[in-house]
Amino acid sequence: MTITEKILAKHARKNRVEPGDNVWVDVDILMTHDVCGPPTFGIFKKEFGEDARVWDREKLVVIPDHYVFTSDKYANRNIDVLRDFARDQNLPHFYDVGTERYKGVCHIALPEEGFTRPGEVLFGTDSHTCTAGAFGEFATGIGNTDAAFILGTGKLWVKVPETMQFVFEDELQPYVMAKDMILKIIGDIGVDGASYRTMEFAGAGVQALDMEGRMTLANMAIEAGGKNGVIEPDQVTFDYVDARTNHPYEPVFNDGGAKYHSVKVYKSKDLEPMLAKPHSPDAESTVWQMRDTKLNRAYIGSCTGGKITDFIAAAEIMKKQSVKIDTYVVPATTEIAHGLRTIKLHGETLQEIFENAGARIGPASCAACLGGPQDTFGRLNGAEICISTTNRNFPGRMGSKQSQVYLASPYTVAASAVKGKITDPRDLM
Amino acid sequence: MSETIRGKAFVLGENIDTDQIIPAEHLVYSLDDPSEKKYYGRFALSGVPVANSGLPDGGVAFTGENSYESQFAIIIGGRNFGCGSSREHAPAALQIAGARAVVAPSYARIFYRNAVDGGFLVPFETEEDLTKAIRTFDELEISREQSELCNLTSGKSHALKPLGDVADIVQAGGIFAYARQKGMMS
Repeated sequence: MTITEKILAKHARKNRVEPGDNVWVDVDILMTHDVCGPPTFGIFKKEFGEDARVWDREKLVVIPDHYVFTSDKYANRNIDVLRDFARDQNLPHFYDVGTERYKGVCHIALPEEGFTRPGEVLFGTDSHTCTAGAFGEFATGIGNTDAAFILGTGKLWVKVPETMQFVFEDELQPYVMAKDMILKIIGDIGVDGASYRTMEFAGAGVQALDMEGRMTLANMAIEAGGKNGVIEPDQVTFDYVDARTNHPYEPVFNDGGAKYHSVKVYKSKDLEPMLAKPHSPDAESTVWQMRDTKLNRAYIGSCTGGKITDFIAAAEIMKKQSVKIDTYVVPATTEIAHGLRTIKLHGETLQEIFENAGARIGPASCAACLGGPQDTFGRLNGAEICISTTNRNFPGRMGSKQSQVYLASPYTVAASAVKGKITDPRDLM
Repeated sequence: MSETIRGKAFVLGENIDTDQIIPAEHLVYSLDDPSEKKYYGRFALSGVPVANSGLPDGGVAFTGENSYESQFAIIIGGRNFGCGSSREHAPAALQIAGARAVVAPSYARIFYRNAVDGGFLVPFETEEDLTKAIRTFDELEISREQSELCNLTSGKSHALKPLGDVADIVQAGGIFAYARQKGMMS
């Protein structure tokens, strides 16, 4: 069996499962946030009763992150709904806004707080929950109704997916990142190329990535329609997890002879900096092909491109440079924001590098990745042409329907911000 | 859930993502409070670029200006309908506007699952893409029993794929009703 099949079999208490089987699995962690938490809690109360208790309060993680720094009264009311539920249910894992516990983007907060563990099953009310597959677990996004069902029962039905394997031979070239790998795959197979299936990432080029790079790969599995992304765990995984939690876990590995839907092999050394052009993540291009395209906005942030390694990459490019276009920097979490203030590159902190280059730095949250209320930091409110480290560029995704978004790696976005036009980062080095 | 669904067609293209179905800025409204819930009907499909809204001609709003309900009950889409976010607000918004079914060659899996498990509307799959065969405003009738869509305007019929694994959940009206029928919860 593949990693995904083995994890689902174990959680369905079966010796074996086959792709296409419908199984009920036990849930290790359920995550929700400020957009989908309130309706999830509403359905839970309606179906299980006003006084019902959640199935296991240790397994529920509530992370407000989407609409946090806004004057929108409904958005703020929704965070109050989370507070009330967390208090009524006495939830230990609630990361409230305005407290020292506040984290920011849920998909990065989960691993930082030790909730992403090899071999486990994690569901979240957000499509990018697949990010956690980087840790060798089954992780996928669900809706409010399914989440409410888990809240009451601790279980959910899943159709066992077929697995597509994507192998990267050898290590990446300088200034080519995990984001370029996943944009290349999505461009090749299309936005529904992995629908209903698992995307498993393997090979020396994947093993050479740190956890942040692996998370970028798994994060965008959903952009190819994938049910989950997964990477076999190794010492890199264990070192990250063990530094964050004492919670026991049982890693799961591929069996020899596991059956795959398909195997696609890439030569990492041939991979170039990639783009997704407006308005689809599969509108593939190399950065070189679109070089010199005029831009007026750059954005570095989100679960996809707002991790500490993403900012270190961007700072390498932006050091002692000035940005030519409005450039927004949004750390995914408060831990990463702390990193911006403390990690130094050649004597300057990352924050100093960005500020000296003329970029604007916002507080940790999802911010403009998904547009959000009108006053969201970095939101595209008109006909901006933006290059972004985020994950989606559908019409209106980052705000206005008139705007256009190019998706790219942090190196490419930083280089393009410095030049004011689409720029291959290798041209600046 | 009734066996026959009748109403006007609203035709869209491929890869209709959840940001087009309900733009993220509107996800702040409560789905429980009727005074707020109606806004999902108001803004359903408001993210679709005007030229692609109501094919073949475009320029048709799914929900009219200052209205909370749509005149269209059946949405005809291209492949990969509902891709993008896991927001259950997407099938909910279509239902709140008055839609009862979507017909498309394929769906993004979370949208499909949300539509079925939440009992919002029925996502029918087809072998052929019907977005060229059906025009916005055509009067349609879907028979679940016959797995067939009749275009009463053009007089043509089109086969729908049987609902398969999820038929029992659709029939029950959602995952909670289904689980109660199966004795999984009281």
